[in-house]
Amino acid sequence: MSKMKALVCRECGKEYPTKAIHVCEMCFGPLEVKYNYDEIKQAISRKKIEDGPDSMWRYLDLLPVEGTNFVGPHAGFTPLVRAKNLGAYLGIDELYIKNDTVNHPTLSFKDRVVAVALTRARELGFETVACASTGNLANSVSAHAASANLHCYVFIPGDLEAAKVLGNLIYKPHVVEVEGNYDDVNRLCSEIAGEHGWAFVNINIRPYYAEGSKTLAFETVEQLGWKTPDQVVIPMASGSLLTKIWKGLHEMKYVGLIDEVRTKINGAQAEGCSPISTAFKAGRDFFKPVKPKTIAKSLAIGNPADGYYALKATAESKGSMDMVTDEEVVEGIQLLAQTEGIFAETAGGVTIGVLKKLVKQGIIKKNEVTVAYITGNGLKTQEAVIDAVGRPTRIQPSLVAFEKNFKLGKNGGGES
Amino acid sequence: MAHLRFHIRFPEEGIRQPIIYQIGREYNVVTDVRRADVRDTTGWADVEFTGDTAEIERALEGLRKKGCSVDPIELNVVE
Repeated sequence: MSKMKALVCRECGKEYPTKAIHVCEMCFGPLEVKYNYDEIKQAISRKKIEDGPDSMWRYLDLLPVEGTNFVGPHAGFTPLVRAKNLGAYLGIDELYIKNDTVNHPTLSFKDRVVAVALTRARELGFETVACASTGNLANSVSAHAASANLHCYVFIPGDLEAAKVLGNLIYKPHVVEVEGNYDDVNRLCSEIAGEHGWAFVNINIRPYYAEGSKTLAFETVEQLGWKTPDQVVIPMASGSLLTKIWKGLHEMKYVGLIDEVRTKINGAQAEGCSPISTAFKAGRDFFKPVKPKTIAKSLAIGNPADGYYALKATAESKGSMDMVTDEEVVEGIQLLAQTEGIFAETAGGVTIGVLKKLVKQGIIKKNEVTVAYITGNGLKTQEAVIDAVGRPTRIQPSLVAFEKNFKLGKNGGGES
Repeated sequence: MAHLRFHIRFPEEGIRQPIIYQIGREYNVVTDVRRADVRDTTGWADVEFTGDTAEIERALEGLRKKGCSVDPIELNVVE
């Protein structure tokens, strides 16, 4: 028997075969993977995982692929950094950064979901993969497709910044620049996915793709010594990452890897695109779509597909949500860089900004083991901090000029 | 004949209007509501439209003119 039992509708529970489908034919609800947990429980163990590869594929038993011919064999198993300096600054005794700024190969957590999506797509017989993206997803799909010799189409809005287009073109996918805005690309890709026999990673392959996010939960628990954290802070775009971390924690319990889940899930958004956090703070179980306006572009999804489920997971965990201004996003990026030496993209600034707020509000307490998820590398969004980092100290090439500008102490410390 | 699925969100002032019925009358499309949530101040419906593609496009434009927002059934897929 396969470890995958079926695809199941998250709304009505109707089951489907594990093919490239994503919407329930009955109620149009989204589909997700249902596993044979009893069978997985017999096969999985902490030792088996610890003896596995140094990648997210060490959790193969809980991922929706059938073989071991992986696309993206090195994705995941990124460092869980004990953030003593940032913890001391914020007033948390035990703070960790799950550092996906160094994920392989394209420096964002998307490498996890794309590795799963393309591995599954190839298993299902697809030779062409595609995605609609304004950034990290396109990079990851293009890179993985290149390494796996898959045909690749990337759809982008016509007004996307040149640097982001370049980041895709280097892998030589077919980059399709659609004359229109975000909504036009969105609509076109939904229709193409319905008409062409392609694996659109975040449309018809979405049930598999989204499962890759669970590995962030698995790794966190293993790296904490097989314990769940008390609090986690997760950036939200579609809301899928948050819901899958919640699912992943519970799967570890279902299969006997841990005894209990005692984690509070906290969601983070930027004020300029915060439909989910706004709904949470208003006490609503539904969100209202917004037109995004924020520097945190990787989180700028105004009508999030998993928004409802993110609200539900957060409520179940007794967690919280909040949002930060663009100024606080930049401050968050700087704070993380200057305390822990980790340069995060704008989504990371959102996470750190909201972490700071939740600590200040007493929602995250001093003695709680807390993990903040940093999902992308700052080199991808340098324009966000360009006006905030200052300038180098310019001097003439002489020792006198150097010593005049820097008052050095005995051990070399000093100030300019 | 095309079968296209959309997520339609109603404007607050349109909550008490039979908008889906009206669209079925005004355009030559068959509307099939599969899931919906309508409350005092907000509401949405997941609907399949069957008909000629161009006529479905006109029906969607008609929905927008009534203040509705129309998205693919998957909502936002550009990430």
